[in-house]
Amino acid sequence: MTEPLLDVSNVSLGFRGENGFAHILDGVSLTVKSGEIMGLVGESGCGKTTLARSVLGVLPRNSLEVMGGAVRFQNTDMLDPAYADLQQRIRGSRITFVPQDPFTSFNPVFTIGEQIDDLMKWKSPRRDWNAVSSTPTLLQRYPRSRRAIDREAVIAMLNSVQLPQPERLLQKYPHEVSGGQRQRLMIAMALLPEPELIIADEPTTALDVTIQAQILGLLRRLANERGVAVLLATHDLGAAYEICDRITVMYAGQDVETAPVASFFNVPAHPYTNKLLASVPGLKGEMSGIPGDLPNFYSPPPGCRFAPRCERAQLACEVRPAQTETAADHMVCCFHPVVDHAAAGLVPSGKGQTS
Amino acid sequence: MSAFKVLFGDRAAAIGAFLIISLVLVAIFAPALATHPADVAEFHLDKRLQAPSMEHWFGTDRMGSDIFSRILFGARITITIAVIAVGASVVIGVPIGLVAGYYGKWIGGAMMRTSDVFLAVPQIVLAIAIAQTLGPSVENVILALSVTYWPFWARLVYAETRALKPQIFIEAALALGASDLRVMVMHILPNIASAIIVRTSIGMGVTILTAAALGFLGLGAPAPTPEWGRMISEAREFLPAAWWYAAAPGLAIFVVVMGFNLLGDGLRDILDPKIRRGSK
Amino acid sequence: MRRLQIILSRLVWLVPTLFGLTLVVFLIANVVPTDPARIIAGENATAAQVEELRHELGLDKPLHQQFGRYIYGLGTGDMGKSLYTARPISQDLLSRLPATLELTVVAILIAILIGVPAGVISAIRRNSLTDQVLRVLSVSGLAVAGFWLAMELQMFFSTKLGITPLNGRISGFGPEKYTGFLIVDSLLAWDMESLRDTFMHLLLPAVTLALPAAATLVRFTRAGVLEVVNSNYVLYESAMGMPRSLITWKYILRNALVSTVTQIGLIFGALFAGAVVVEAVFDWPGLGTYAVQSIMRSDNKAIMGFSLLVGFVFVIVNLMVDIVHTFIDPRTLE
Repeated sequence: MTEPLLDVSNVSLGFRGENGFAHILDGVSLTVKSGEIMGLVGESGCGKTTLARSVLGVLPRNSLEVMGGAVRFQNTDMLDPAYADLQQRIRGSRITFVPQDPFTSFNPVFTIGEQIDDLMKWKSPRRDWNAVSSTPTLLQRYPRSRRAIDREAVIAMLNSVQLPQPERLLQKYPHEVSGGQRQRLMIAMALLPEPELIIADEPTTALDVTIQAQILGLLRRLANERGVAVLLATHDLGAAYEICDRITVMYAGQDVETAPVASFFNVPAHPYTNKLLASVPGLKGEMSGIPGDLPNFYSPPPGCRFAPRCERAQLACEVRPAQTETAADHMVCCFHPVVDHAAAGLVPSGKGQTS
Repeated sequence: MSAFKVLFGDRAAAIGAFLIISLVLVAIFAPALATHPADVAEFHLDKRLQAPSMEHWFGTDRMGSDIFSRILFGARITITIAVIAVGASVVIGVPIGLVAGYYGKWIGGAMMRTSDVFLAVPQIVLAIAIAQTLGPSVENVILALSVTYWPFWARLVYAETRALKPQIFIEAALALGASDLRVMVMHILPNIASAIIVRTSIGMGVTILTAAALGFLGLGAPAPTPEWGRMISEAREFLPAAWWYAAAPGLAIFVVVMGFNLLGDGLRDILDPKIRRGSK
Repeated sequence: MRRLQIILSRLVWLVPTLFGLTLVVFLIANVVPTDPARIIAGENATAAQVEELRHELGLDKPLHQQFGRYIYGLGTGDMGKSLYTARPISQDLLSRLPATLELTVVAILIAILIGVPAGVISAIRRNSLTDQVLRVLSVSGLAVAGFWLAMELQMFFSTKLGITPLNGRISGFGPEKYTGFLIVDSLLAWDMESLRDTFMHLLLPAVTLALPAAATLVRFTRAGVLEVVNSNYVLYESAMGMPRSLITWKYILRNALVSTVTQIGLIFGALFAGAVVVEAVFDWPGLGTYAVQSIMRSDNKAIMGFSLLVGFVFVIVNLMVDIVHTFIDPRTLE
């Protein structure tokens, strides 16, 4: 039994602001194994972006309050401020990031080439991490020998993500390049440091539907080729179905179900998951929503946060359920999971057909 | 109730509002609040240039009049000039900017070139020219300031209108049959209102400073009207001995402009949701 | 290429703008109830003498003809003669321009040196005590009447403490005048004594002028830096583990620079306006005092000349700011 690459265990944290304390993540646990693509699925506001950023360790320090838990990446806790230096090394080289909005994630006043150059200068896999340097950061230079090799790697990678004329592209400014191309660049930049894990935060939300599938397919293919694990945060069930190996569903800052993709869509156990899958518009145009609203993060309900909207809720649900296994490798946090789907009248959707 | 953290914006707006309201009250109740209300017009040469004392809180000026009382009455002039000058330039400039920004092309270009001409030279220079031409009086100061200030508003509203015009909700309104006028007044104007309000408050402060400068140069109301800027220029020849003579009106100007600046700043913080969101 | 296009189109717009300015200035200066001829001739002159003077000065011609003659004169750099001093106005203006320009430039430098770092610090330590204090200070800086502050500073530092000279640009004769900029001329002549003297004379006026400009810079730099700090690209750079100092000094600064450059263009305008009154207080032999004097004397031609010169300087400065923009912000080339 190998150690998971990423082990998020029981993370509880929130942000303190002018309106009080928003308890964003409550006891979230999940793992990502080496080389697998894990989908982090949930509605807007469920905390998946916060979770993604906590893996990278880039949550705003001023307002952040960690109440418990750890985000372990190969023995380093990315939440613990005591390991700041180590985290800084890991960030951008062992764990990389594909952001949601390619339009605003590039610095507008530098060329693409300059930005990739900086990335390679600091995060290239060929960098000698053991060379201790006393010169201040801004004065450190980019060793010539490495530079040439890195440049070749960059061109090769740009070809892999199917970007035309890489040399010319590098000389352009971000606003001169289309959104789809920019996202391919983001994927390229996420792969260049040869990481073990990529955090992709809704990488296709800002793109045209026609391009979404291409980008996701590209991501999956390249990740698999290189054995890179991906944590893909998305609200698109269809996308998750297409490229993920396992899926974790989040609701209001809690993880509610984790399963391999097939099992997930065939025998969804959590009431929320079932409602979610049912709410995808059917082929005959039938639609069902989920009555009620998201809870208030400033005063969240105790225990299971879905309970107020759940038909199966009972008093026991005021305590957070632990993970129980309903099928092979299929975990649920619920006291009353859906086991007999036919009897409950819930139709497993088979395929999450969003498009 | 969650913790109540007072933001800079809220605090600033509150203090600013307090100062402005005080100014207005002082102006209205000057006769009642002044220790020597008659000194607005009267003078007592035997009491010239006395230092601050229990009887004359800010001392006396070169004609022996009580400076404190004159300052209080001067508040009336200050408010009058600020409100009318800014009000007039807003009333003139905003519609011009709206129309120019809405219709764009030639009309827009022409209007903006016109205002560019006015904005090419610092406001005070043109204002001096106009005020000098017409003669020193409060009315002429107001006129000079209004004429040179409206282009600023036209420019501002023009830019905002142009940014809003292509937006979908405008298209929607037009598709529903709204007339141009209706769109401008009911749809565009409310959206730019907060920018205008903030700038108005700050504009009052700027106008007061410019008006004081005109008074300092002798272009404002003539003696014995207690205009703050002119009082400072009077004080010049008696410095450094009669330090109170310049200090009082100068501080009065400072406090009033501070009030408008704080109010404008505070309102900007309150009305702009982008800045509020901060750390998420 | 694109950059050249932009510059050229801006230059083309220069002409109508300046023409419009000339027209407006001309109208203002000539819609005058006062009669310059009479003022110059004096109270004791007869009506006939005043008429003669008026004819001599060309004031009896119809307005549009006067305007035409004026425009023609401008083509040759002739702004006419001052009604008051009878010297060519262009000469008067040019002799006074360096004084005001030197003062303004020194003031801008002071303002930048104080304002920009303060703005950056204010943004980085957002909502801290430092930030609040700086914000209050910057609001205050914009609430002070320039002429009043000038007087108070003059009273305190010159009269009471005797540290700085009372007025003027320099005591004594100063260095050989090549450029009219005393700093430059002192350096050219390697006249350290004059240089020191020049600085002492510049100190109070420049600081007085710089204060509101610095206050504005603090606020705009702060806003500019904040916008960048909260941007998605800074988030991305942090998420990818780029070194903190790199992010701050290369990325953030570079982006905030764009808005700062815009500010300088705006500030220049305010500084010139402030110069008018500050020069009056310090007896500074610059354009500001010239303007005020001309206006007081109803010296129409001089007023027009001054307004045109200032307008021209402004337009040039704004143009330069726009050009610099095309270099530091590639988005402007779209």
